[in-house]
Amino acid sequence: MPLEYPKETPSQTAGPFVHIGMMPRVAGFEVFETELGQVPAAEGVPGTRITIEGRVLDGTGTPIKDALLEIWHADAEGRYAHPEDPRVNEVHEGFTGFGRCHTDLDTGTFTIETIKPGVIPGRHARPQAPHLNIWIVARGINIGLHTRMYFPDEENDDDPLLGMVEHLHRRATLVASATGENAYRFDIHLQGPQETVFLDI
Amino acid sequence: MTAEYFQRDRRWHPPAYTPDYKTTVARSPNLPLLSVENSLSEITGPTFSHAGLGPLDHDLIRNFTGEEAIGERTIVHGRVLDQNGRPVKGALLEVWQANAGGRYRHKKDGYLAPVDPNFGGCGRCLTDEDGYYFFRTVKPGAYPFRSFSNSWRMAHIHFSIFGAGMTQRLITQMYFEGDPLRAQDPIANTVPDQAAIDRLVAPLDLEASVPLDSLAYRFDIVLRGRRQTMFENKLEGA
Ligand SMILES: [Fe+3]
Repeated sequence: MPLEYPKETPSQTAGPFVHIGMMPRVAGFEVFETELGQVPAAEGVPGTRITIEGRVLDGTGTPIKDALLEIWHADAEGRYAHPEDPRVNEVHEGFTGFGRCHTDLDTGTFTIETIKPGVIPGRHARPQAPHLNIWIVARGINIGLHTRMYFPDEENDDDPLLGMVEHLHRRATLVASATGENAYRFDIHLQGPQETVFLDI
Repeated sequence: MTAEYFQRDRRWHPPAYTPDYKTTVARSPNLPLLSVENSLSEITGPTFSHAGLGPLDHDLIRNFTGEEAIGERTIVHGRVLDQNGRPVKGALLEVWQANAGGRYRHKKDGYLAPVDPNFGGCGRCLTDEDGYYFFRTVKPGAYPFRSFSNSWRMAHIHFSIFGAGMTQRLITQMYFEGDPLRAQDPIANTVPDQAAIDRLVAPLDLEASVPLDSLAYRFDIVLRGRRQTMFENKLEGA
């Protein structure tokens, strides 16, 4: 018998009212002095300012209007604002790399404003192409979905994660499209022919 | 130190597709997840400090207007540990719940039970050096839920937990010992193993109750553990 470890607490859906706990202003009221994840990169943080718009679509192609997304990303030099990043001391004090957004209750569109990440050190000395880590929760999602968003104007061919996606046409589900200068579109498909590649991290 | 996290045991968690919880039918990915080795992108994640929190953030009885919310006065407390039994320090817990009548303070909640003018329904706190946390709240009411025509949610508190990295990110729900609605609750029963559901049920903790004031429930949380050994991580471009 293999050695037993305590098991992780099981996941449950965030439900339709996730905003109450994490973005109460979206639910329609104020309670906290500061809501978390509102400023991934403050003014003055070096880097290119970018805007990303997108939707989260269900298996019928309908945009879902009760999703909450978290982004986590490195700074313009590929450094994470986290004590386990060896270069954490070089990260600008106004940079967290953590953002929260929601799909609009009426339109289903989400918007992210931050700076563009740089190339991130990877395992086995293989650099990772610039990307945002994204985590999605909503009613009907029993366990949060992890994915990544890559940039269409970066060198993605040698990225170790994209290289692991066996079905070549599915790699495109992880790459945003450009809609203007420093503006991108990224739709996430929960199901269907364009189903986004989700990650077991 | 840079060490990998234990693989998540996905047979213990609810699967994505659970047709008795109907919303999952069109929202569950059909294709397998891509298994990814931990890199800096996975083992890191946001960190939080007391500077970002307010003094009443953990007190749902008073944090909305300063006046007291109506309902069974309740303490929820416990520890956040990893699978190695080590305390997770500085973990951010965010909770949200319905009021004592089962009504949420949310634009989209149309349940006929009234809103409590003094109850917002959310709170947050950080674990201390021992991984310990506590909240004060009122016990949430059960509420109807349109899965089958007469489905009800048993009383629950939603919990969002940030551990040390994105690998430990978790959202779950806490239930109360002895709830008669458990067997028919389609969301609790998305979890396939009854022993796993038991882990979400907080026992009454009379010793931690405050006499003549509040009952207490104990909810301990386990996040993914880490190996002891470091992984190869030559920092190309660093
Ligand atoms: Fe709920």
